[in-house]
Amino acid sequence: MTSENRPALYRSMKLIREFEERCLAMAIAGEIDGGIHPYIGQEAVAVGICANLSERDFITSTHRGHGHVLAKGADPRRLLAELLGTLEGFNKGRGGSMHAADMKLGILGANGIVGAGGAIASGAAWAAKARGDSEVVVSFFGDGAMSQGVLLEAFNLAAIWSLPVLFVCENNRYATSLKLESGLAGGAARRAEGFGLVSRGVDGMDVEAVESAAAELLEGVRAGRGPAFLECETYRFFGHHSVLELLGVEFRDPDEVALWRTKDPIPLLGDQLGEDVVAGIDAAVKETIDEAVAFAKNAPSPDPKDALMYLYAGATAVRPGVIL
Amino acid sequence: MSGLPSPENFGYMHAMNRALHAEMAADEDVFLLGEDVGVGASGVTSGLLPRFGPERVLDTPLSEQAFTSFGTGAAMAGKKPVIEFQISSLIYLVFEQIVNQAHKFSLMTGGQVRIPVTYLVAGSGSRFGWAGQHSDNPYSLLAHAGVKTVVPGLAADAYGLLRAAIQDPDPVAVFAPSSLLGATDVSYAGEEDIVPLGQANVVREGGDLTVVAVGQHVGTAIEVAESLADRVDIEIVDPRTVYPFDWECLRKSVDKTGRLVVIDDSNRMCGLGAEIVATAAEEFDLVAPPRRVCRPDGTVIPYALALDKALVPGAGELTAAIDATLK
Ligand SMILES: Cc1ncc(C[n+]2csc(CCOP(=O)(O)OP(=O)(O)O)c2C)c(N)n1
Repeated sequence: MTSENRPALYRSMKLIREFEERCLAMAIAGEIDGGIHPYIGQEAVAVGICANLSERDFITSTHRGHGHVLAKGADPRRLLAELLGTLEGFNKGRGGSMHAADMKLGILGANGIVGAGGAIASGAAWAAKARGDSEVVVSFFGDGAMSQGVLLEAFNLAAIWSLPVLFVCENNRYATSLKLESGLAGGAARRAEGFGLVSRGVDGMDVEAVESAAAELLEGVRAGRGPAFLECETYRFFGHHSVLELLGVEFRDPDEVALWRTKDPIPLLGDQLGEDVVAGIDAAVKETIDEAVAFAKNAPSPDPKDALMYLYAGATAVRPGVIL
Repeated sequence: MSGLPSPENFGYMHAMNRALHAEMAADEDVFLLGEDVGVGASGVTSGLLPRFGPERVLDTPLSEQAFTSFGTGAAMAGKKPVIEFQISSLIYLVFEQIVNQAHKFSLMTGGQVRIPVTYLVAGSGSRFGWAGQHSDNPYSLLAHAGVKTVVPGLAADAYGLLRAAIQDPDPVAVFAPSSLLGATDVSYAGEEDIVPLGQANVVREGGDLTVVAVGQHVGTAIEVAESLADRVDIEIVDPRTVYPFDWECLRKSVDKTGRLVVIDDSNRMCGLGAEIVATAAEEFDLVAPPRRVCRPDGTVIPYALALDKALVPGAGELTAAIDATLK
């Protein structure tokens, strides 16, 4: 890790933070439909990992996916346009927060089902390997996902077939309200080790530490030495999702939240860059997000008569239900 | 089992096996995965491993949920997976992976991606004595969810529909009735045409009454139609694809006959038969109420063979329903 990368890492984290703070406000104000799962606090994980990926590499993401998608290089204007359910969104307003996908950037989708991405990642990794290509796949998931059978099955497939996948567990200590200790027996990394995955843990609040841990693991993955597992200890500063935030449901000790806020990865890195650099990046990021908001708010809505568009490849006639 | 089924056994299983050989030869993105597919434990995948090698015929561990979504991921990265399930009820285990993931990606991504996976259930329905967890026919569930679903009733269609399913850009489930797997079939000569998805087939023409017969009941319906030929002229429509359903073909038939009986080996409540009868009642000109012959509500097949047979519809029940419709 060289210090020249620091401004880029900082910018990427700041972009996610600014995007998320704006989104959270918009969701609470009712400008975004449904709810969003804010990534605020966890930025160092997505940014540190994706700093090691090219456009051709793949990721699978989670219900808390905005950070991964942005860190992978997605245009914030089109992500916000998607959250506003417009035709300018990546998914033309059909996916929203939990399904944001940009196939051109190898983003195989945020996913509303906890633990669902790991097996999809393994399949994509196998296909890349079978073609003789050098792409790798990173699969992000939370500590809650470690209790989903399909994810553990996916570890096994990736290991026996020596697939180029990096499994990244974002351990933010909670699955909705369930504390880590009440949900995960034996520890995440130890489970991965049980499948023979090379595995490591890292401070997920330190973007440079994440970047270099991922670099090291991905080197082995790219060299064909099989899948690896990285557990990032991190924290979300806000509640589980915007609806709980709105309802004021809190289940964490405020002192605990305050303690983790002192580990905020953004000022932690910013302090090393100097005030001027930080101020310049912050101003540019704010402008980018302002533009994204304006872009998304002006984007056209899909036509209700096209509600089932894209479901099938051909002209499969769907018979009317609501629309008689 | 190894190698191809013998030529004198030119039946349904042979047809499916030939279809897999043909598609894998035609398109190198097609690959096969599943449990014991290398040795061809179901009979359907015989000879593929020696011919195409372990890079294209993957023996998986017993991880249905993972290998189903593995197929989705491989499809997203440009491959065309064919996934074999050893038991029809395993579809319940992977409902999330098929219905909630593979099927929905195209719409949810706004058309950015298609998932050309084929789910091959090589032995659906009663296996006569395999009891509760090995005898279901879950095709209505996939049709309900909107997953393209085919149930070939004849060997030639098994060949043609399986090829079409593999070539289709969307996920397609192919249910091969277990009672047909071992059957030989004169309709099948060994090499047939591709059968497009969504096209029903009028298996027998007639003017008095339409029977819709699904899967192995195409055979049941032919047998019954012949036995009743002296008093009623029965037309048999085999939908072949249960979703999307070829309503136009059925409409034409019922316009001519005015009477409808459906025989479908799925459970009555919310089953395929219910949908066909409801649509006919809403939209077709019928001279008598339509009827369906199917398993009872929420059937669980018991072990004892007499009980198993009592719950699966057959020629007797079909004949009775036809008679009731003619009254
Ligand atoms: C299989 C499944 N079960 C339950 C849910 C509802 N749910 C959504 S997010 C979530 C918690 C996930 O926790 P974790 O994996 O640790 O990720 P985090 O939210 O902490 O980022 C739950 C229970 C779901 N979406 N999928």
